[in-house]
Amino acid sequence: MSLIQGETGEWEMVIGLEVHAQVIAESKLFSGAATAFGAEPNTQVSLVDAAMPGMLPVLNEKSVEQAVKTGLGLNAQINLSSVFERKNYFYPDLPQGYQISQYLQPIVGEGVVTLDLPDGSAKEVGIERLHLEQDAGKSLHDQHPSQTYIDLNRSGVTLMEIVSKPDMRSAEEVGAYLEKLRSILRYLGTCTSNMEEGSMRCDVNVSVRHPGEALGTRTETKNVNSIRFAKQAIEHEAKRQIALIEGGGAVVQETRLFDPNKGVTRAMRSKEEAHDYRYFPDPDLLPVVLDADWVAALKRDLPELPDAKKARFIADFGLNAYDAGVLVAEREIAEFFEAVVASGKGCDPKQAANWVTGAFFGALNRDGIEIAAAPVNAAKLGGLLELLDAGTISGRIAKDVFDAMWDSGKDAAAIVEEKGLKQISDTGAIEAIVDQVIADNPGQVEQFKSGNEKVLGWFVGQIMKASQGKANPGMVNQLLRKKLG
Amino acid sequence: MAVDKATIGHIAKLARIRIPEAQQEALTGEFNNILGWIEQLGELDTEGVEPMTSVVEVRPTLRADAVTDGDCRDQVLANAPEPAHGFYAVPKVVE
Repeated sequence: MSLIQGETGEWEMVIGLEVHAQVIAESKLFSGAATAFGAEPNTQVSLVDAAMPGMLPVLNEKSVEQAVKTGLGLNAQINLSSVFERKNYFYPDLPQGYQISQYLQPIVGEGVVTLDLPDGSAKEVGIERLHLEQDAGKSLHDQHPSQTYIDLNRSGVTLMEIVSKPDMRSAEEVGAYLEKLRSILRYLGTCTSNMEEGSMRCDVNVSVRHPGEALGTRTETKNVNSIRFAKQAIEHEAKRQIALIEGGGAVVQETRLFDPNKGVTRAMRSKEEAHDYRYFPDPDLLPVVLDADWVAALKRDLPELPDAKKARFIADFGLNAYDAGVLVAEREIAEFFEAVVASGKGCDPKQAANWVTGAFFGALNRDGIEIAAAPVNAAKLGGLLELLDAGTISGRIAKDVFDAMWDSGKDAAAIVEEKGLKQISDTGAIEAIVDQVIADNPGQVEQFKSGNEKVLGWFVGQIMKASQGKANPGMVNQLLRKKLG
Repeated sequence: MAVDKATIGHIAKLARIRIPEAQQEALTGEFNNILGWIEQLGELDTEGVEPMTSVVEVRPTLRADAVTDGDCRDQVLANAPEPAHGFYAVPKVVE
């Protein structure tokens, strides 16, 4: 828990999140128009999405399936009966004059997400509900001096609103929650969780109190579209509220907007009746009824999720919690790592983890490419580790071989063969080099004999250099001690 | 349940329907007549009766997830008073 020191004592933040996640589906929640990102304005709009009179919504089965899958991934209760309602408000990018959403009877009820915090501890955050709803269109305010342009491509796209309980107590916990949620949704294949493309956005509810006191009045900051902004908005909002209360004022329950350029929140122009949505069941849509067997089948077919995968990596591969956490954060990375271990016959999984998170990630970052585009695939990296573990090449040479593999796309074995990099493990050959180096450096030999142990390291370095890095370092150490001792 | 004139004004505002002051009084009476008529339902004992959403027990028809519609911008914008560059253009609304 992180407390904020104020003038009247320590303050605690209480934070709950509403995350809007765009469901992965070819078509919209209630129409057959496409959902692909980046299309020309208003080209992915059906007459249903444009709310032409007489048009009727027909529910997309995929949207329902994705919501249920997500609910199962959040360890949540699946409601076999749920109801679509109309949330009424006027805005130019909402052609119907209402958003079809779920209110009293959402498709998913209470669940739980486990956060992995930076200090290695875990914390559970409750999920209040998950419901299906339509996205609105997009307003562009900066294209014309006196007009707003409306693009309805996004209108009617399926969103899942995932509402947490007010269980978070710091910006770090919110960051960990969003990262975990993103990871789970990506594993499930239910949302790309790409905040830049707006496929995941969140509203942040923040209040402050002295620890142990009743909940304070909260504010809601809308449409925060990155994890970094969410953390900034929370820090700013908590400080603002504390200053307000300590200055003798009171927090007003209101909707605020985050200004990413200034890192501050500000009150939305007050719309006194904005919150009167007059929900009522949508008469165009029957209640959604699910079969328990169908839900059970979806549950059976869920992929292994990050928490389970992490536990397995720790138990089966002997990885530490940190490495396991880094490897499972993205499904692609976890699968790559497992493929490396599987293809590197007899290779040490911990060593494989170090290579994946070290040299491999380093090269990806340096070249700014994704795993799929990497010139070294899992089989090739496994092949390198196999040579390393078999003692065919030394650790130092392995790094050079990796770089050569990255540049040429060739197999490790081919490069080792081509460049003659095989480790020298032949006692006779190493002995000859050791003898030569000792004979060439009588001064250093004297230093060692008079008790300077550090010279040993220098000798090893010289011998490795003389063997062009190919001598087996373990054998070099052994022989050197024997000869000098 | 009964509504007063202020509530009528509030509902009209939420619905973006302009109702002249002079008509509000009459409308309040009409609203209350309708509400009173519906309220007769309260005389029935509905304890333990599930709400009925349809006169026939049917499940909603679901659609397969396929792109079958859209790509008809000209139709979509045909009735827009002022389309511009493929967008609807409306008076500036910005928070």
